[in-house]
Amino acid sequence: MLVDKITVNLKINGLATELRVPPQKTLLEALREEAGLTGTKHGCELGECGACTVLINGSPQLSCLVLAAACDGAEVLTIEGLANGPELHPLQSAFAELGAAQCGYCTPGVLLAAAALLVRNPSPTRDEIRQALSGNLCRCTGYLQIWNAVERAAEQLRTR
Amino acid sequence: MLRLPEFSYFQPTTIAEAVALKDAHGDRAMFVSGGTDLYPNMKRRQQEPRVVISLAKVDQLNAIEMRDGGIHLGAKLTLTSLASDQRLQAGWPAFAHAASSIATPLLRNMGTLGGNLCLDTRCNYYDQSYPWRKALGFCMKKDGDTCWVAPSSAKCWAVQSSDLAPVVAALGGRIELVGPKGARTLAAEAFYNDDGIRYLNKEPGELVTGLWLPEIAGARSSYIKVAQRGSFDFPVLGVAAWARFDQQQKIAELRLVLGAIAPAPRLVPDLDKLLIGRSLDDRQAIAAAAEVAWRLARPLDNTDQAFSWRKSVVKPYVERALLGLAAR
Repeated sequence: MLVDKITVNLKINGLATELRVPPQKTLLEALREEAGLTGTKHGCELGECGACTVLINGSPQLSCLVLAAACDGAEVLTIEGLANGPELHPLQSAFAELGAAQCGYCTPGVLLAAAALLVRNPSPTRDEIRQALSGNLCRCTGYLQIWNAVERAAEQLRTR
Repeated sequence: MLRLPEFSYFQPTTIAEAVALKDAHGDRAMFVSGGTDLYPNMKRRQQEPRVVISLAKVDQLNAIEMRDGGIHLGAKLTLTSLASDQRLQAGWPAFAHAASSIATPLLRNMGTLGGNLCLDTRCNYYDQSYPWRKALGFCMKKDGDTCWVAPSSAKCWAVQSSDLAPVVAALGGRIELVGPKGARTLAAEAFYNDDGIRYLNKEPGELVTGLWLPEIAGARSSYIKVAQRGSFDFPVLGVAAWARFDQQQKIAELRLVLGAIAPAPRLVPDLDKLLIGRSLDDRQAIAAAAEVAWRLARPLDNTDQAFSWRKSVVKPYVERALLGLAAR
């Protein structure tokens, strides 16, 4: 069965982008293979790890389970768009300073889930941070440093 | 890498258009909303629609309103929005709590009410990749004819694993459906069928458009989920309790439903004579009810955790769910 490609117009990291994709292409695949944005990671590809987390219209979602074709008109933020030019997002600085990344594979997803949390809730408790990140597995098991870094970034965002 | 198979993709904008598309494409087509159940299954070739009808643009399915002495919830509401809705938290706390306990925050941002109510039944021999299933020999739920959990069984024992299913049955909810022959509603309990393959009493062409939950004075509800981890996992036992209390805080009406122990949620029968007219302080009556539930529960060896353990925890969790009905 030959299925026609679908034209999708969306904003990726603020940039208007047109993609031509077959229906079965996931957003994860389109980001990495069509848009050349390989910061978003392939993990389990089944919704069981959170490595592929991106923000779709501000909401953290799993790009491995969203069709690119369903993203027409959406604003997508990937890890490549989190920094402001050369200036790192406070979450990125805090993760670097506090050793919140070990192998780094889960880090893009964790950062985006945390960024969405801090927009919604600038002063999260430790429990709210744990809850918000409970869909992102870190198999180096460095959760403590991750929570510490999110707390530090929240503090920096509040005071600037 | 796990790629989705090829399919044709439609994005209708109305319920009528969606149902007409399904009618035109028949068994080759499936509806999709959040995709968090269907797409993993498609990647593992457990479900292989050639036509996928997305509900993403059917805005009629987003409604949430007080109606007919209860609350109407559109099928496309996300689990996040259900879990955080203040009307649900206040009036139907078991439902809001069950929604908040599903999967992960990311999956709840995507997964919807309709999708969770229709969640495919699950089994350790079914929820596997295509090569895994092929190596063992396919099971009767997909591509084969043997049940690997109970090889002499003529029936599929895949497990009802939705957290909302037992709760909506306990709350006396009604499932709203629209098909080629028109609209109808079905009691939530009657929506589920005790067969892992034909697990929904729904015509193939029908779309779940919403859910209605009654608002009943003096009623309270609770839900307890037992799962391996506090996030991600499907229940290995779900206990939903609903009761209406009289002015003296005695139980006037009660429904207790067990999830994740069979292909359908199971209403625990014969509790009226044990619990009607009793208060929650009557621990003997509560223990006797838990005993009835324990006898009913016969989990098989096809989910996380040993099935003997899953049965052994029915009693304490039923007691906790019933005590969770206490006024707060």
